[in-house]
Amino acid sequence: MFEAIAANRRKSAVLVILMAVLLGGLGYVLGEFFSQGAGPFGVVLAAVVWLILTLVSYSQGDQIFLSISGARKVGPEDLPVLWNVVEEMTLAAGLPKMPAVYVIDDPAPNAFATGRKPDTASVAVTSGLLKMLNRDELQGVVAHELAHVKNRDILLMLYAGVLVGAIVLLADIGLRSWIWGGGRSRRSSGDGGGQAILLVIAILLMILAPLLAQLIQFAISRKREYLADASAAAFTRFPAGLASALEKIAGVAAGQLRGASRATASMYIVNPLAAAAEKRDAASLTATHPPIAERVRILRAMHGASFLDYDKTFAAVTGKSGVLPKSALEDPHAGAGLRIQGESWRQDSASRPGPAAAAPPVGARPLMPAASASRAQARAVDDWFYAKDGWARVDCSCGAALKVPPGLVSSRIKCPRCGTVHDLHRASRSA
Amino acid sequence: MSVLIIILILLAVVVMAAIGIYNSLVQLRNQTKEAWAQVDVQLKRRFDLIPNLMETVKGYMKHERETLEAVTQARAAVQGAGSLGDRAQAEGQLGMALGRLFAVAESYPDLKASQNFLALQEELASTENKIGFSRQHYNQSVMNLNNKIQMFPSNIVAGVFNFAAGEFFELKDEAAREAPKVSFN
Repeated sequence: MFEAIAANRRKSAVLVILMAVLLGGLGYVLGEFFSQGAGPFGVVLAAVVWLILTLVSYSQGDQIFLSISGARKVGPEDLPVLWNVVEEMTLAAGLPKMPAVYVIDDPAPNAFATGRKPDTASVAVTSGLLKMLNRDELQGVVAHELAHVKNRDILLMLYAGVLVGAIVLLADIGLRSWIWGGGRSRRSSGDGGGQAILLVIAILLMILAPLLAQLIQFAISRKREYLADASAAAFTRFPAGLASALEKIAGVAAGQLRGASRATASMYIVNPLAAAAEKRDAASLTATHPPIAERVRILRAMHGASFLDYDKTFAAVTGKSGVLPKSALEDPHAGAGLRIQGESWRQDSASRPGPAAAAPPVGARPLMPAASASRAQARAVDDWFYAKDGWARVDCSCGAALKVPPGLVSSRIKCPRCGTVHDLHRASRSA
Repeated sequence: MSVLIIILILLAVVVMAAIGIYNSLVQLRNQTKEAWAQVDVQLKRRFDLIPNLMETVKGYMKHERETLEAVTQARAAVQGAGSLGDRAQAEGQLGMALGRLFAVAESYPDLKASQNFLALQEELASTENKIGFSRQHYNQSVMNLNNKIQMFPSNIVAGVFNFAAGEFFELKDEAAREAPKVSFN
């Protein structure tokens, strides 16, 4: 686990250098393209564009991302189950600090994590996800997100995203100005064959560089998803939880999530843009996530919870060889002793004849049966959003909870179940 | 002359390597301490939640004196435990006693309908999970430290500076595997 982070740092460095070379080359060719000898100036321009984008996303990235997705911060009293699950996974991952918890009011089930460093990370889930999943499944999803935090994937994707953005921007400027009559090669027709070659190289680079950069980004993103799935299995010791969550998420037509874009897609647990598109080009090069069906098959087929188990199962399911970074597999915890926990108790509890026939092995698994909790959980999520939006709550003596919108003109409200009339002024004063 | 230079370079390399190993040993040891602090926080949290739980359930579970007493006794035993091994034993017992209590609570619908009990149940279930997960992380950290202390060449540096191997925290749950005795009155 710790080694995987070091490997990620090295990979980040290689990736940044590779893309920086691509960016610099593009800048140079663009400079030469417009005026002979201006190559170095082009490189400087490329560097400035990159620097500005980096500074903006580095300092503001998390907050911009959270605010465009409409996320709201949650405390321990608001949604205790979610809070507890995040706290549990923080411990399992050994993160130095618990990430801030956010909820997005959106029926599409999804989740993401942001934050360059584990100390300043945030994790956000949609209300749709909270209502749909039971505790074990939620734990799997949160573990997957915290694995992104722990493995520094967010920083990696930030670097990659910024470089891709800079390359796309430069190539776009170059192509546009060439089409609209810029470029010295067009004006000076008398230059030799060397100029023609330069022109071809420049145009090729302008077209290919953005594509190449994006392919690198997507390939890395997919690999990181597998590593995050493997980490989630190791943290929870229960790969079936995440598998079942992914199945449920894939089962609904997810639809587009507000605030999600191509640039931020790789941060979510499933691609937030196109549920339908995923089925069409499942194995395509331009996917930010591996196909869900494949992720589920791997998780379900695992016999242990370790990285080695995941890698072996991946090879068995897909027929391709190892997917995890070598350093992750050489880690001392990769192999030994990571058994899947709690499965026997789960099976017992499913076929249990009556209550109290068997106690769960303590120390690993929830004492509370997950199924009975999920309805209360869905209700708690609703109540929380109503309260956040300024709705008042009046508990009627018949047991119904009346939710009163903030701008209601009338001061009296009738219970639809028993007909009791409540005086809102008195109710709010007494509350 | 050149021999002297070679010897000096070799010596410098060895010293640098030793410093690197020493620093990583210190880092691993601190990681282990930090991980233990996390386990301890969760164990204390469970310890503190129990009086609340007892207060909530005792009105409903009048006929389960044995179950309730087992929890109280296990809690007292935790307080008295000295060494890490004793502590692990006692905490394991406490976890079992609590598991039994919640299993028995399944047959009290009034209790299960109580908001207070449900909140406590989620709190304790989550604390139980947190103990499990933080223990998992602690044991991994200990394994990391112990590997470094025992493996060549870091074992030489560890020996010189007297790095002690860490102790695993295994809750003794052999007894948990046998079916709990539940009496219905």
